[in-house]
Amino acid sequence: MINLLINDQKVSVQQGTTVLAAAKKLKINIPTLCNHDDLCVAGNCRVCVVEQKGARTLIASCATPVFEGMEIHTNTLKVRNARKHIIELLLSEHRSDCTKCYKNQNCELQALANEFAFGDHILLDLVENKKYNIDRSSPSFVKDDSKCIRCQRCVRTCAELQSVSAIAVANKGAHQKISSFHDRPMSHVVCTNCGQCVNRCPTGALVEKTYIDQVWDAIYDPDKHVVVQTAPAVRVALGEDLGYDPGERVTGKMVNALRQLGFNSVLDTDFSADLTIMEEGTELLVRLKKALVDGDKKVSLPMFTSCSPGWIKFIEHKYPEFLPNLSTCKSPQQMFGALAKTFYARKRNIDPSKIVSVSIMPCTAKKFEADRPEMRASGFKDVDYVLTTRELAVMIKQAGLDFRNLEEAKYDSIMGDSTGAAVIFGATGGVMEAALRTAYEIVTGREVPFGNLNITPVRGMEGVKEATIKIEGCVEAWKFLEGAELKVAIAHGLANANKIMKMVRDGKATYHFVEIMACPGGCIGGGGQPIPTNLKIRQKRMAAIYAEDEHKELRKSHLNPDVIAIYKEFLDQPNSHKSHELLHTHYVERDNY
Amino acid sequence: MKNIGLNKVDLIFEKIDPKEVLIKAYKMSSAEIIQNMLDSGLKGRGGAGFPTGLKWKYTAAEKSPEKYIVCNADEGEPGTFKDREILDRASNKVHGGMAIAGKAIGAKKGIVYLRGEYRYLLPKLMHELNTFHKLIKEIGYDFNIEYRMGSGAYICGEESALFESIEGKRGEPRNKPPYPTVSGLFEKPTSINNVETLVTAMMIIKHGSKNFTQYGTKDSRGSKVFSVSGDTPTPGIFELELGMTVQQFVTEFGDGDTKAVQVGGASGFCVPRKKFAETIIGFEGVPTGGSMKLFNSSRSMYNVLHNYLDFFTEESCGQCTPCRVGCQQLLLGVEKVKKGEAKSTYLTELMKLADTMKIAAKCGLGQSVGNAFKSIVGNFREEIIY
Repeated sequence: MINLLINDQKVSVQQGTTVLAAAKKLKINIPTLCNHDDLCVAGNCRVCVVEQKGARTLIASCATPVFEGMEIHTNTLKVRNARKHIIELLLSEHRSDCTKCYKNQNCELQALANEFAFGDHILLDLVENKKYNIDRSSPSFVKDDSKCIRCQRCVRTCAELQSVSAIAVANKGAHQKISSFHDRPMSHVVCTNCGQCVNRCPTGALVEKTYIDQVWDAIYDPDKHVVVQTAPAVRVALGEDLGYDPGERVTGKMVNALRQLGFNSVLDTDFSADLTIMEEGTELLVRLKKALVDGDKKVSLPMFTSCSPGWIKFIEHKYPEFLPNLSTCKSPQQMFGALAKTFYARKRNIDPSKIVSVSIMPCTAKKFEADRPEMRASGFKDVDYVLTTRELAVMIKQAGLDFRNLEEAKYDSIMGDSTGAAVIFGATGGVMEAALRTAYEIVTGREVPFGNLNITPVRGMEGVKEATIKIEGCVEAWKFLEGAELKVAIAHGLANANKIMKMVRDGKATYHFVEIMACPGGCIGGGGQPIPTNLKIRQKRMAAIYAEDEHKELRKSHLNPDVIAIYKEFLDQPNSHKSHELLHTHYVERDNY
Repeated sequence: MKNIGLNKVDLIFEKIDPKEVLIKAYKMSSAEIIQNMLDSGLKGRGGAGFPTGLKWKYTAAEKSPEKYIVCNADEGEPGTFKDREILDRASNKVHGGMAIAGKAIGAKKGIVYLRGEYRYLLPKLMHELNTFHKLIKEIGYDFNIEYRMGSGAYICGEESALFESIEGKRGEPRNKPPYPTVSGLFEKPTSINNVETLVTAMMIIKHGSKNFTQYGTKDSRGSKVFSVSGDTPTPGIFELELGMTVQQFVTEFGDGDTKAVQVGGASGFCVPRKKFAETIIGFEGVPTGGSMKLFNSSRSMYNVLHNYLDFFTEESCGQCTPCRVGCQQLLLGVEKVKKGEAKSTYLTELMKLADTMKIAAKCGLGQSVGNAFKSIVGNFREEIIY
């Protein structure tokens, strides 16, 4: 242990601890900006400078490890003056149109300014003399360089968590900026629209592209019938933007709120998640049968899940040779969209052209996904508008709802029923678990051999998870799988996906089925979820997801009554012709820059 | 104050037989070589002046099968051109110095990071390197050197940014600690030394540390090469004993009308005429990596300052706030004062900002912007305002 003094208080910490972490142990708060729990140390904003006895300069507490006998002061006049200067410097290159900014009151720079640099600013405004680029090319987010303070959190996120590096630092000195390959628009680079950078941007330089006004317009258009679907991970995170602690489940209140906002029908993406299991599970079994029984060499295994649009774009850019391995199933959002303007319209006897389909997603990539040209199976744009969890919170605030005191309400019928297997789609490993719960039962006629249906080996925050399930006691139709060992793997965060892809490409891993989610922790850590994010928060959301599952009466997708009904009335059976028309898709190879 | 006067020395460009010196070095133990450096009092000739013996000692103490000796030949300080001359005329001693450093710290690999603009020297350097490698083989020692080119960024002269550049990354300074002696190039213990330091080290081995200590002062031992430019009838490279005053320097090199000398380049200090006599050129006064720029009364110190600030605004890596934004503020600030768009008292605010940059910037670049700014504004305030 290393002993040191911070503000004359003794503290002992492990070797390698930073001054910042040691101070935290003493509950001494040192302001930070470029620092982020999920990312490597940068030490470039200098907001966290402190005085170290004997040192010629101040030191960045986030980047400096402690040593024996170190003496630190965090609040001397020297430190305060420097910190004020630094924050003023940041403000001077930041377009401070706070009242018009989407991040107003949710901005780390603004919070620091309020604390340390209020009143008259001494320094000159640098923004007015410069040309800044505002990139609106992506359907998912807006990148406004005039608000960028070069903390490089986004750059580190894109490189470390996602191994994409769509954005990087370009130029030097006064011209330094965060840019893409050859300054191409974000819509024309390897960006997956995952929004992890948006989640970590301390200012309004990276924000989701918002469609709130369009949705309000639709709601108040008497000609339109507006249906809304809510993704599994929204219900365990929305509360954070409305005054709840992380990990609170607000499903019932959210449903009520959506109704109060004026949506004509409040439905659940969980329904189509269950449907996805039927389609994707069947697809997997068919692929296995073709490979094992028919000896079809053209069958692509492992099969990769296709629910995460960030992951889809990643593989399209980086590993296009593996596109045949992707499940052809659309994501639950898009299955829902295709059915809303076909099956739902018919059932409710509504002209599909009058239906506006809105989805509430923990995700920014879903905005891109909804815009894909493939996603018009209904003859219309299947999903018209995608809002993030954050945008829904904004709408609830705009409507003046007293969210905390809302009654719990239930989803509407037709496409509102769901099982616990669907809700766990929101956490890494959830699709795998849901698929196994159903597929194992189809093949063996028995429930998965895990206590209370909880397939714990596929759960948790480990970056890459692997599991093997031995299939025994098959029913007649699936006898060919008798004794087979189903090898599965799960990755979350594209850096982990990249690890799996390298192993698969190099023949170092032989999996049958791989679940990949673009975001850390899965959708609970999605790019559209409340800010801030860190491992602790994501773990709480994850626990809430599994609690939601446990509280469901039905926990296996094939038991969802709405799913059973739709096959009976409309789709016939999984992977039927109709299913393929509406619920399956194809992918495109994209450039890798 | 000890005043040793202006004495020309011929050490760096002295003709020697490198073989003889290298054999002498190889007969010494690592500790002996390092002790020689410590005894000599040699401080780094790149500008920062870290004791060379200590740097080698720290690197030698690290237990690692792989270590590097890196020669910093990214001579980019405005007004410095002595390393170019040394590489042109005495590269055998640069290579030899690296081999000796390698022996001292336990490195078998040396890398010269050569300023992009000096690419034209490469054919000659490669020829010399070939001769050196043959010589090393002949002596029976395992050490080789490789050249890497810079691409024109001033910041890549900063040691950790230089490593990043060699590693193929964007040239940005790293957080310290860890220092290069512990984790440098490719995260291996690395001693990074200036071109001239390595040559001087070789000459210390040749002549002994005692011989070296007879030159210079207690804080600034030996001699060093100066790059003299500006308003002088005799611009060029001069090897001088350390410890002279600016007055003595100006008497030798001035044009009779010198009003200021910028010692140490853009990141150095501006010494005005009234302080010539009391200012010693060396670590006890104003240190320099070699750049000595003379200004006569026809020069506008506002233009001089503007030029430096323009330079820093361009050459900051842009990574840390104090340097990236601070440089822009200083530049825009003096422009506004000059144009009368800001009050002259605004200079006081800018002086405070320069103080913050000095203690809060991440690396030596940002920390030294304040040197030129404060010494020029402090001594020539009226020229900045009117």
